[in-house]
Amino acid sequence: MMDSIESAARQIRKDVLRMHQTGSNAGGAMSSADILAVLYFDTMNLESPDDPKRDRFVMSKGHCVSSLYSVLAQKGFIERDRLAEYCVDGKLLMGHPTRGGVPGIEASSGSLGHGLPMAVGMAWAAQKDKLGWRTFVLMGDGECQEGSVWEGAAVAARLALDNLIVIVDANNLQGYGRCEDILPINTLAAKFRSFGWSTMEVDGHDCAQISGALKAVPFEVSKPSAIIAKTVKGKGVREMEDSLGWHYFSVPKEKLQDFCDELE
Amino acid sequence: MRTAMLKQLSTCMRADESLHLIVADTGFHVFDDLQKEFSSRYMNIGISEACMIGVAAGLALNDKRVICYGIVPFVTMRCFEQIRNDLCSQNLPVTVIGVGEGLTYGAAGSSHHSLTDIAVMNALPGMTVVCPGDPVEVQHAVEAVLNLDGPSYLRIGKSGEPLVHRDGLQGFELGRGIRLRQGRDVAVISTGNMLPTAEEICEKLLAAGRDPELISMHTVKPIDRELLIDVAGRCRSIVTIEEHSVIGGLGAAVSRVVTDEGLAVKVQRFGIPDEFVQEAGSQMFLREKYGLTAEQIVERI
Repeated sequence: MMDSIESAARQIRKDVLRMHQTGSNAGGAMSSADILAVLYFDTMNLESPDDPKRDRFVMSKGHCVSSLYSVLAQKGFIERDRLAEYCVDGKLLMGHPTRGGVPGIEASSGSLGHGLPMAVGMAWAAQKDKLGWRTFVLMGDGECQEGSVWEGAAVAARLALDNLIVIVDANNLQGYGRCEDILPINTLAAKFRSFGWSTMEVDGHDCAQISGALKAVPFEVSKPSAIIAKTVKGKGVREMEDSLGWHYFSVPKEKLQDFCDELE
Repeated sequence: MRTAMLKQLSTCMRADESLHLIVADTGFHVFDDLQKEFSSRYMNIGISEACMIGVAAGLALNDKRVICYGIVPFVTMRCFEQIRNDLCSQNLPVTVIGVGEGLTYGAAGSSHHSLTDIAVMNALPGMTVVCPGDPVEVQHAVEAVLNLDGPSYLRIGKSGEPLVHRDGLQGFELGRGIRLRQGRDVAVISTGNMLPTAEEICEKLLAAGRDPELISMHTVKPIDRELLIDVAGRCRSIVTIEEHSVIGGLGAAVSRVVTDEGLAVKVQRFGIPDEFVQEAGSQMFLREKYGLTAEQIVERI
């Protein structure tokens, strides 16, 4: 099972490299690859993007949507050929998730700090109607500097939304450097706990660990769960790993094959 | 206006089990009855307007209809980006109700004034912007916005706004201004709580031998283009009156139609100048300071 998940993660990274021959944010998309592979090929109950009983996923770190497009192609929700439409004039695969044109995009995002409050609304809707589906949200650690994240965290705890799971892709790099240097918000797990959440910390590139954590949610009854996944920006390609520049760079054509080979 | 809103809201919540009301810790005791009757569909989400709009979007993405309620600046400008991205760009049926339009909270200071909200809400694609002129219009407007497929902003006063539609109102329709008097001289068009003043202006003009037209333009977006074209065909000038900045509100919307359609009519805009109020003052004191009483406006028409 883990083999197929790891293979899906490898495919995400290859697709991301191809898509990012133009545009920025390849590094962040690759740090979230293993988390997305586990979610979509192990954790979530999601056979069809139209199934009312499906688990919901909100890509709150919307700038890394290329990794989600790869997953949607691997799930068969969009045709694989469409990945070539990423950020192409007149096409629908925009640089941030935009609901409507792409099956499987549950909510539009892109401005950081919007995903969690929307996910709270979704999870609350399921709780109210006693529906079994769950809502998963992927956020960045830099994103957690946004105040609306903590408004959402407080409301989720107040509503006892144990059907809501946040995963923080904690690669410790944001626009201008290390998160801890730019605006330290200290340990995220402790912060979520102090807001009334239950938490777990995992290696965000160990699919078995991520899977184990996601199988254990809710960690406590009547509490939302937060998984802090320690990751490396650009994971999988040495030149890209933990490098701030890959928040911005595009993959040069002449390096694409070498980068893809390195993933094998 | 708030009482009329509450009454209609109860009726609507009774009729539609998907309808939810979220408030941002505003309205002391105002929602006591609603809270009792609809306990599972009412929530005081705390002082977190940005989160309130996001949560409303999440509910609306799952077939709930949601009203978000708070004091105008805090439910429009504090969470503007959530309204833009979460509600408007996804075209979700969420109604933002702002209480305390214009200078309602005059003495509270400019943080609580609502003089730029119409401008920013007007700028959002897909947003319907409604400023009812009296409690009767509020009642109709609440029902109407809750039938829209997309987002809406309903801007209301608080309490004590006089009735203008004393005999009730038939055929209220969003995007259709209400003609209270047909004339052939000057068309007095108001939005929101300036309707009673507009009515008083018309009475004074009549007494002076003029033949004014009176229109309540409760929907600022979409503006009633057809009505304005009709007015321009009969009246020599249009006067717009709003308790809002002269930038981006009713006057701007009317001027846009006049320009777009090449209408041969003079437009005179009455509103608040482009500045922050720098002194304490009741609503009436500040209206007078900015030349918004019926007497002051009649003198300048």
